[in-house]
Amino acid sequence: MNQTVFAPWDDPNATPLIRFQNVTKRFGEFTAIDDLTLDIYAQEFFALLGPSGCGKTTMMRMLAGFETVTEGRIELAGQDIGPVPPNERAVNMMFQSYALFPHLSVWENIAFGLRRDRKTKGEITARVEEMLKLVRLEKFAQRKPHQISGGQRQRVALARSLAKAPKLLLLDEPLGALDKKLRQDTQFELMDIQETTGTTFVIVTHDQEEAMTVASRVAVMDEGRIMQVATPAAIYEYPNSVYVADFIGDVNIIEGRASPSGDEEYKLDWTEGQAPVLAKSQATFSEGQEAHLAIRPEKIRISTEKPDDAVNAMQGKVLDIAYLGNLSTYHVELPGGQVIKAQTANTRRIARRDITWEDPVWISWSATAGVMLDQ
Amino acid sequence: MKRATLILVPYLWLLVLFLAPFLIVLKISLSDAALAIPPYTPTLKDGIGALIAELDFENFIFLTEDDLYWKAYLSSLRIAVISTLLTLLVGYPIAYGMARAPDEWRATLMMLVILPFWTSFLIRVYAWMGILSNEGLLNQLLIWLGLINDPLTILNTNTAVYIGIVYTYLPFMILPIYAALDRLDSSLDEAAQDLGCTRMQAFWLVTIPLSRNGIVAGSFLVFIPALGEFVIPSLLGGSGTLMIGKVLWEEFFNNRDWPVASAVAVILLLILVIPIVLFQRNQQKQQEAEQ
Repeated sequence: MNQTVFAPWDDPNATPLIRFQNVTKRFGEFTAIDDLTLDIYAQEFFALLGPSGCGKTTMMRMLAGFETVTEGRIELAGQDIGPVPPNERAVNMMFQSYALFPHLSVWENIAFGLRRDRKTKGEITARVEEMLKLVRLEKFAQRKPHQISGGQRQRVALARSLAKAPKLLLLDEPLGALDKKLRQDTQFELMDIQETTGTTFVIVTHDQEEAMTVASRVAVMDEGRIMQVATPAAIYEYPNSVYVADFIGDVNIIEGRASPSGDEEYKLDWTEGQAPVLAKSQATFSEGQEAHLAIRPEKIRISTEKPDDAVNAMQGKVLDIAYLGNLSTYHVELPGGQVIKAQTANTRRIARRDITWEDPVWISWSATAGVMLDQ
Repeated sequence: MKRATLILVPYLWLLVLFLAPFLIVLKISLSDAALAIPPYTPTLKDGIGALIAELDFENFIFLTEDDLYWKAYLSSLRIAVISTLLTLLVGYPIAYGMARAPDEWRATLMMLVILPFWTSFLIRVYAWMGILSNEGLLNQLLIWLGLINDPLTILNTNTAVYIGIVYTYLPFMILPIYAALDRLDSSLDEAAQDLGCTRMQAFWLVTIPLSRNGIVAGSFLVFIPALGEFVIPSLLGGSGTLMIGKVLWEEFFNNRDWPVASAVAVILLLILVIPIVLFQRNQQKQQEAEQ
């Protein structure tokens, strides 16, 4: 079977649906978005991820038309949308608070946007029924928003914003108000709906797990700038900076001075009394250049005996164990005082595990386990 | 036991301060005028039996015979309805502006709305006489600006009464509407625009319906006192301004006909009971909706 991978961002001939071109947004003295350039392609599920105040919500509001651009321009399907008011943009938004109209029923909420388009009664009814079916709320059509649960309200908001078949759907922390279990189910539902409707989704979230689960690409933002844009896997495995590595998931950062030791291979002198660490890197580092080695805890093996084949191995003692049920994270203290986190899957029952607090252990990892970063 | 006491207190309050005075007024309205102190018969001194025997509906029949009274009621209703609408037209934009104002401004704006209450109502109405009279500030300003050559006659007309009522009762309109608008999530307005509404459509389809309760509450708070208003028409209105409050005053103090004055008051109360019941029902509905 020949399956084509959906990756228009790798295709130089693909034209993006949305183009941010050197966009800057200032509120008085405060710069919310700082000279930002970004392309988003049709049918993408694009996530804007970052801590609160990083500018992700501002970007979304500029796309919806609720904020104007201070400098630069935003294009939607080749057209500069700067002068287009929100009600004339082929963009709909699902609000964080859902913003359902409390005086209207579920049915009327979904029909609200369609009514503005001078559609016939028949067309409106057909479309509303279709939307109700999509989000499985046929039975609740006549209820008012305060008569349904939070999860149902979230689905009404989604149906309402999709009803007008927008070119682009903006989702502002769409799952923030739901509890964890419901959130996970809803994530998959969102992905299904995105796939069925073929709409381009841009989601704003501060929850990295959510972004990783739903998105085709993730943009990690900080202080109005984009730190990295890549697929979830690339962001996790090949972060381009310590900030991104640290923001997504758990990571060990080893700081030191690099010296070339072979083909795309470097030695990292990181602390006195310990052997230098060996790491492969595509990026080049000069002799003595400062470098950071980022290694995910699950890439570090932990054992009671010294492993024979490991490139990097060192001894330490178990300081702490974080038991998460399916996983355990061991905090291993090295003789120099540094703490390295190592994670293993708990494939055996707890009574059969041989490592406990204060035990002397060996930690080891391969040369390709980590990523070398210059900043 | 505790619950009974809790309910008893408001009931006692209503009984002493509302029901008892009302019964006294009702009793006087059923009596006859007399040259005596108090100026009506019968009184309790005549004994309960004689008192009840002598009560009749003569005064109420009199009210239907003289067309002054029902004309006054109708005219009061018209003035109250028109001034309520005018107050709404002036008050809504102010309340809207306050609700949309930056947070640091709100306390000041609220203060400005409430501030007039710190001066006597009577003095404020007198001040309007100074503003609206032929040689008043308003006419002087308009002549100085060259907009008019001869002073406008505003004082002692119905226009002056409307101005006075709108001015006096404006805070009662602004505050409930402001409370309703303040609670409104601003993202609702954005959602309406996002779904294709112009700003104007969003206002009519979302903001107005969602502030309905505030509008209703404010309108009743203006309409009810405006209907029985006496001070404003007698100070600002002219001989042509016919309002029931003024008629009542004249019956009471000029004619010293307490029984007819009381009958006028009882009918006025009956007219007011209808909007008050409607108002109560609106409040109740609002509370139910919030639960």
